[in-house]
Amino acid sequence: MGPTDSPLHVSKRSGAVIHAFFIFYAALCILPLILVLSISLSDETTVIANGYRFIPETFSVSAYEFLFKDMDQIIRSYGVSIFVTVVGTVISVALTACYAYPLSRSDLPYRGFFAFFIFFTMLFNGGLVPWYLVYVNLLDLKNTLWVLIMPMLMSPFFVLVMRTFFSSSIPMSILESARVDGAGEFRTFVRIVLPLSLPVLATVALFSTLNYWNDWYLSMIFISDNKTISLQYLMYRTLLDIQYLTSNSNVASQISSQGGMLDLPNKTLQMAMAVVGIGPIVLAYPFFQRYFIKGLTVGAVKG
Amino acid sequence: MPKPIKKKKTMLYNLGKYKVLYLMFLPGVVFLLINNYLPMFGVIIAFKNVNYTDGILGSPWAGLENFKYLFGTSDAWEITRNTLAYNVVFILLNLVLGAGLAILLSEVKGRFTSKFYQSVMLLPYFLSMIVISYLVLAFLGKDSGFMNTSFLPFFGKEPIDWYSEPEYWPYILPFVNTWKNIGYYVVIYLAAVIGISEEYYEAAILDGASKWNQVRFITVPFLYPLMIVMTLLQIGRIFYADFGLFYQVPLESGALFPVTNVLDTYVYRTFLIGGDIGMSSAAGLYQAVVGFALVLLSNSIVRRINKDNALF
Repeated sequence: MGPTDSPLHVSKRSGAVIHAFFIFYAALCILPLILVLSISLSDETTVIANGYRFIPETFSVSAYEFLFKDMDQIIRSYGVSIFVTVVGTVISVALTACYAYPLSRSDLPYRGFFAFFIFFTMLFNGGLVPWYLVYVNLLDLKNTLWVLIMPMLMSPFFVLVMRTFFSSSIPMSILESARVDGAGEFRTFVRIVLPLSLPVLATVALFSTLNYWNDWYLSMIFISDNKTISLQYLMYRTLLDIQYLTSNSNVASQISSQGGMLDLPNKTLQMAMAVVGIGPIVLAYPFFQRYFIKGLTVGAVKG
Repeated sequence: MPKPIKKKKTMLYNLGKYKVLYLMFLPGVVFLLINNYLPMFGVIIAFKNVNYTDGILGSPWAGLENFKYLFGTSDAWEITRNTLAYNVVFILLNLVLGAGLAILLSEVKGRFTSKFYQSVMLLPYFLSMIVISYLVLAFLGKDSGFMNTSFLPFFGKEPIDWYSEPEYWPYILPFVNTWKNIGYYVVIYLAAVIGISEEYYEAAILDGASKWNQVRFITVPFLYPLMIVMTLLQIGRIFYADFGLFYQVPLESGALFPVTNVLDTYVYRTFLIGGDIGMSSAAGLYQAVVGFALVLLSNSIVRRINKDNALF
């Protein structure tokens, strides 16, 4: 159905203006990614001479060749990110569902206490310093994969979303009839409630996946060895290291006097690293965003 | 739905009857105790003069020394001002552009095009702040960034050393923040716009309302509750800043600190880079306490407007 002249819709001319606007806006969203891709596929000397362009002036894959010569760290970091994302998301969804379900049961005594227990954490926190000390001194988790997983396991907001779904979409009568048929509470939860709750489980899983995949903060404060560096943090380090090398001529001359390589394709290498890092999320995006929009919509309507 | 059992039962009876449900709380409770409640006791660090030989509990009390020192510097004012001012700008942009773009998008009638625009607008929301910092660098890099080598010369302007000129960042940061997050708000507002029954519009058309008047007198009023809730949720977090935006995107450039330093980056820098436990704890507690007050305030306002939307 195209725009018509009925007063329910905007006029044809306004419709065209709206389209033009959104095409412009869409370009604004996509072009930065194209710029990065184009730089990564350019020849370093042309880039230095003429600056970044949206279409490579001289095509070259040398940045990628350079990057793939030393692939161990990249593969390692990919592994860390994938592991943390998968394990983190699975535990996170399980933990959230286990907490949200009893909260949704209006017949459960003292559930107000447990609701307060989690929602109070939205109001007040101890701040970075004590929190950091708990993980580093008390639990001794510095430089482990667990420190990248644990802090993001449970978010009060996800619990809120799930509780709302359980209490508004799972009829009490289904639970009653399961009880009559002799199913225990946990069995009812796993066999009946969870299968009926796939939309909200998927929504929380998607948000959680995104949180884990994009996290660099936990790596930045808790990780100091290269073994447990996540992909995002590796990208951060690459950016900073090259910035540091190029802005600090002392370091640069030291490296070259020791026979190191200074003619590394800085700028294109940097952007090639960005492409390698962005890659998975952009490739998964079309699949991801459909469910994401659905999830957001459910959340917004349900409140 | 059947009413909860009215008859008074003993606590032991309840615990026995619902033991499975209470056991389900257990993993979450343990997690919250470690991750959230234990650190709350750590706020005493802000009142201590921590040294490593005595440990945290053994270190001598410092009273309000850490706070006096913090508020005695110009930092306290600067970080408070930056945190609040940026967040106010972000909230306004999210509100106006989020609702505005959603209304515009609802006028795109082609299903495919509408979905396409939605998807593309949501794309930046999926990117991490590290990726965003790369994208910004590609545009603002000093020697080869697109702005300096293509855009500014085209208009006959001199190149700008973006990462050492603080005056531009109060515009760059809101731009980047909006660019990254607006898709999220648009999708939420769009769901609400689409949810408005067509009958209202049809009735308005019978009364001769123009498209503009329909938006003004039907769409926007229907969006008010959601707009208010979304805004108050952000006001509750107004004392917290997006660490990534203020730390990663300016590439930690020291020249930009006067306009990029916020409470979160300040606490991080004084603690993990500067090693000053006392001061950063004091700043952290200041942030937590004022943040607490603001959440309570905004929640009580939400409650007054619409009880269902209040968090507690």
